[in-house]
Amino acid sequence: MQRDAKFYAQLLLTIVLCLFIVVPVVMSALAGVTVNVFKGLSSGLTLRWIFQVWDLYAHSILLSVMIALACLVVTLVAGVPLAYVLVRRPGRLTRIFEELLTLPVAIPGLALALALLITYGGVSGYRSSWLFILTGHVLFTLPFMVRSVAAVMAAMDIKMLEEGAASLGAGFWRRFFTVIIPNAKPGILAGALMVVTLSIGEFNLTWMLHTPLTKTLPVGLADAYASMRLEVGSAYTLIFFVLIMPLLIAMQALAQRGKRPRKRTDTAEDTL
Amino acid sequence: MSSLHQIKGGRSRPSLPSFMVGQARPGVGSPAILALLLTPGLIIVAAFFLIPMALVAMRVANGPDGFATYFIILTNGRYFASLMQTLVMSAGVTVTALVLCGICGLFLVRNRFAGRNVITALLTLPLSFPGTVVGFMVIMLAGRQGVIGSVTDALFGDKLVFAYNIAGLFIGYLYFSIPRVILAVMASAEKLDPQLEEAARSLGAPTWRVIKDVILPGLMPGLISSGAICFATAMGAFGTAFTLATDIDVLPMVIYTEFTRNANVAVAAALSIALGLLTWAVLTAVRCFAGNTATSGTGGGA
Repeated sequence: MQRDAKFYAQLLLTIVLCLFIVVPVVMSALAGVTVNVFKGLSSGLTLRWIFQVWDLYAHSILLSVMIALACLVVTLVAGVPLAYVLVRRPGRLTRIFEELLTLPVAIPGLALALALLITYGGVSGYRSSWLFILTGHVLFTLPFMVRSVAAVMAAMDIKMLEEGAASLGAGFWRRFFTVIIPNAKPGILAGALMVVTLSIGEFNLTWMLHTPLTKTLPVGLADAYASMRLEVGSAYTLIFFVLIMPLLIAMQALAQRGKRPRKRTDTAEDTL
Repeated sequence: MSSLHQIKGGRSRPSLPSFMVGQARPGVGSPAILALLLTPGLIIVAAFFLIPMALVAMRVANGPDGFATYFIILTNGRYFASLMQTLVMSAGVTVTALVLCGICGLFLVRNRFAGRNVITALLTLPLSFPGTVVGFMVIMLAGRQGVIGSVTDALFGDKLVFAYNIAGLFIGYLYFSIPRVILAVMASAEKLDPQLEEAARSLGAPTWRVIKDVILPGLMPGLISSGAICFATAMGAFGTAFTLATDIDVLPMVIYTEFTRNANVAVAAALSIALGLLTWAVLTAVRCFAGNTATSGTGGGA
């Protein structure tokens, strides 16, 4: 392949863009383990800030993980059947419902949080518990789960699979749990990763919904940025990266794996 | 060869008679089962989205200024200026992200070189960073201790710091827009047929014409839909402005201050309804438009 000036110009732009993304991440990771940022790396490396963050914010970090997992359970229970109905019974009603369901993504988190506060702010036991934050997270993440599962269900021949199972005498629930769900697994997995990642990082809604006793990881982050040393904020960010990176890598690996077989069927269809 | 296909086609079709398919359908799920499947989702959407939104709308109407509050975003100079600033900023970020990611995404799909996968992975890194972290990244880049400041300090003896004003916010919005747009561009670029481009070239089209008439129409659906998401996110983004602080008057920040500092619930609600409606309208308009271009694009390709 010939590589001319155009190639190198594009490569340069890509690398600059890449640096734009990566440099601050690396800088903040380094700042989180540096003794004194103002003096630079020469002041030495330390884990002191990390421990300090853990002492101060362990509760927030664990609460975030718990909310993310609870959010995953709720979106699975509500989202997978929903996706099935949307794919299996396409019609005007389901389309309206689908539109309604994606609205919480389009409407800014702030507006959603305001609506929840105005409606349920007076219910004291609920308002002050972590369930209030969970509500916001479920609203925000449910569309992602539904869309991811529905996309996979729409791509497989769900009708033929079900007819096959039905002709062998399987009842609806047996088909649902032993045929449909196993076949939709890539979509469910991708949706699950998305939901957990989004929930752990959610700030717009959570900042409005939280109380001093229900601070999540990003709320604590904002707190640390505003009131702590730069090193502490960086160390906290580093913990967040460590928490979220495996999820992101798993998501990319899944997307990569999903791409290959689909490509093969595409070409097979073309030759047919 | 073709007759064989016809025989095969002819034999396979009647083997699945319609009445059998029709027989299998009732078992797919009776209305009761379908309703049961829908219940959890319906409850969530109704109780935590529809009812709260309706209550907010009522709250605004029952406020001190009644229905006029809805138009406060247009009538009040400060809110209107804030709306305009947010709109211009979101549109600017969207266009910048589309251009940059369009070039890089196409480049990454078309060329194979060492480190390509690493670059792709790194570019999509901030996909789920919360706004606060993005704000912190901007501070790392252009803040008082930032890279850009240190570099300009070493080169020109002058620290360039722009994290804490509107330029910093622009950088922050660009930061979280790049991953979304680049993924969409790469997805649509993979579907482009390089043969079309070669055909255009062999017919003597100069590069800009190839880009304008072949590449851009192919990328358009991806660009439009990712641009819409990018725009919507920038309109509603709150964490980045919150972290960068202080005197940036984007609409979400205005809503936040009205609600918390001034306890002006009716105005905050009216403003957030306006913001929500505007964002939703843009997304919907773009979806309709993108649907049209998507079909015309494939039509042109065929």
